[in-house]
Amino acid sequence: MLEIGLAHYLTVAAILFTLGMFGIFVNRRNVIIILMSIELMLLAVNINLVAFSVHLNDLVGQVFAMFVLTVAAAEAAIGLAILVVYFRNRGSIAVEDINMMKG
Amino acid sequence: MLDTLAFPEVFLAIAGMAILIYGVFRSGNPTRPVSWLVVLALVVALLAVWFGPEQGQAFGGMFVLDGFAVFLKILVLLGSSLAIILSLDYVDRENMARFEFPVLLLFATLGMLVMLSANDLISLYVGFELQSLALYVVAAFRRDNIRSTEAGLKYFVLGALSSGILLYGASMIYGFAGTTNFDGIATALIGNRVEQPSIGLIVGIVFLSAGLAFKVSAVPFHMWTPDVYEGAPTPVTAFFAVAPKIAAIGLFVRVLVDPFLGLVDQWQQIIIFISIASMVLGGFAAINQANIKRLMAYSSISNIGYALVGLAPGTEAGVRGVLLYMTIYLFMTLGTFAVILCMRQKGRMVEGIDDLAGLSKTHPMMAAAMAIFMFSMAGIPPLAGFFGKLYVFLAAIEAGLYTLAVIGVVTSVVAAFYYLRIIKIMYFDEATDSFDRPLGWEASSILGGSALVILLFFLFQAPLIDGAGAAAASLFAG
Repeated sequence: MLEIGLAHYLTVAAILFTLGMFGIFVNRRNVIIILMSIELMLLAVNINLVAFSVHLNDLVGQVFAMFVLTVAAAEAAIGLAILVVYFRNRGSIAVEDINMMKG
Repeated sequence: MLDTLAFPEVFLAIAGMAILIYGVFRSGNPTRPVSWLVVLALVVALLAVWFGPEQGQAFGGMFVLDGFAVFLKILVLLGSSLAIILSLDYVDRENMARFEFPVLLLFATLGMLVMLSANDLISLYVGFELQSLALYVVAAFRRDNIRSTEAGLKYFVLGALSSGILLYGASMIYGFAGTTNFDGIATALIGNRVEQPSIGLIVGIVFLSAGLAFKVSAVPFHMWTPDVYEGAPTPVTAFFAVAPKIAAIGLFVRVLVDPFLGLVDQWQQIIIFISIASMVLGGFAAINQANIKRLMAYSSISNIGYALVGLAPGTEAGVRGVLLYMTIYLFMTLGTFAVILCMRQKGRMVEGIDDLAGLSKTHPMMAAAMAIFMFSMAGIPPLAGFFGKLYVFLAAIEAGLYTLAVIGVVTSVVAAFYYLRIIKIMYFDEATDSFDRPLGWEASSILGGSALVILLFFLFQAPLIDGAGAAAASLFAG
């Protein structure tokens, strides 16, 4: 029987984090997907924190994870609000259309 | 019991909430009185920082106060309050007079103070996010303007990405050092010294540095800066260029020097790389810009590169150089933005560099002040900008980083080209249209004050250098 250890959790978190990062850079369709990718990155960090917390037998990591969850919620709220005002002006949330300024 | 060490932060948090309530219940447009109340709260916090306790720890070691934090907090509070005063006329004229604006800047400033006093990865993250979340909103504050909302969206996406990267680094550091406390991490590193430092810690510090480099807009992570500077309303850009930059550089220095001084060989390479890249890109990319706010974005990228030159050696002299550089940068940038905020023709804001043509004939005093700032940014003695560069380059040379110092000098010559071009346009080109009515007294006193500071810095620099030296020493003692 396979023993699930710290390394497995870290690997899962690293894969999720990479997926989130790719989701931001590869996706060309929709800004909502970018918001989801950011959420995915933060959740990968939470897996990391909780796994380390259990491994080290230290509660700080779980406290940190609670902070990350709270701030991530606030961040998503602000991100969606900005997206809504942007949509009102531009009438589109496709990533290619965010090009009023070059760069 | 209320810890008096954190009095400025606690006071700002309560003042922010009280001012919000006041703004809601006051009839009429409360923006101007609310702005002045916010400035008052910032000034009270500034005095409390200045005359308050000098060092100590609070909240179970999460919050630290030392000379370094005090020095940078004074700079941040000064920068924020002056930027809010600068914004007063603009928000009235441009229809963005809503009272939440100064209050959001107050909360962003609160986040910066927490960042500067962070002694734990958790308080670092919370301060960092409090600052960023408020700044995302103010970047998109002109919600009927497509450029402003686009700037807000871009800033949000890249800012959230950077805090994700920073957090991943923080989680790795927590896992491999076994603690989130900076003192604990430093102790864990000393215990590790005999063998190679663990690879997990190095991965952690690379990710953490990348997240912080986003916030200071150092070069591989700078791509948001020009767009956000151009799109955001001008007073917001002025604020962005001053307070968050100082706070983020301060946090960068504290994180690398306080817990990770033991890993200096590892992080030095990262800092040297991003410093050179920022100086080179900031110098060359600014040359063919036509928009003055975009130009200021590239200028701030190259200025951050120079400040990082002082961080690269990881020595006390270097940190002193960073502190002096950021002090001078504060006054140069605020003064330049005071001029940019006056660029208005026939009731519309203009942002082209060519619109400055003939400024010396229409507004001679403004042109003279702008010329002082530009000469200072180009690093021409005896103006303040020269001394800022001098101290960081000296620190780099003392530490044997000759390549870094030489590249810095060369790129500052390149950068001098576009600063001097602005002076040439102001003094030797024919005027097209003159700017509208003269400045309000607030903007003109900030403009005059900054110009005086830059001009006379070399006469009165001794106390400032001593102060910065003491602040840097306190970081290395702790």
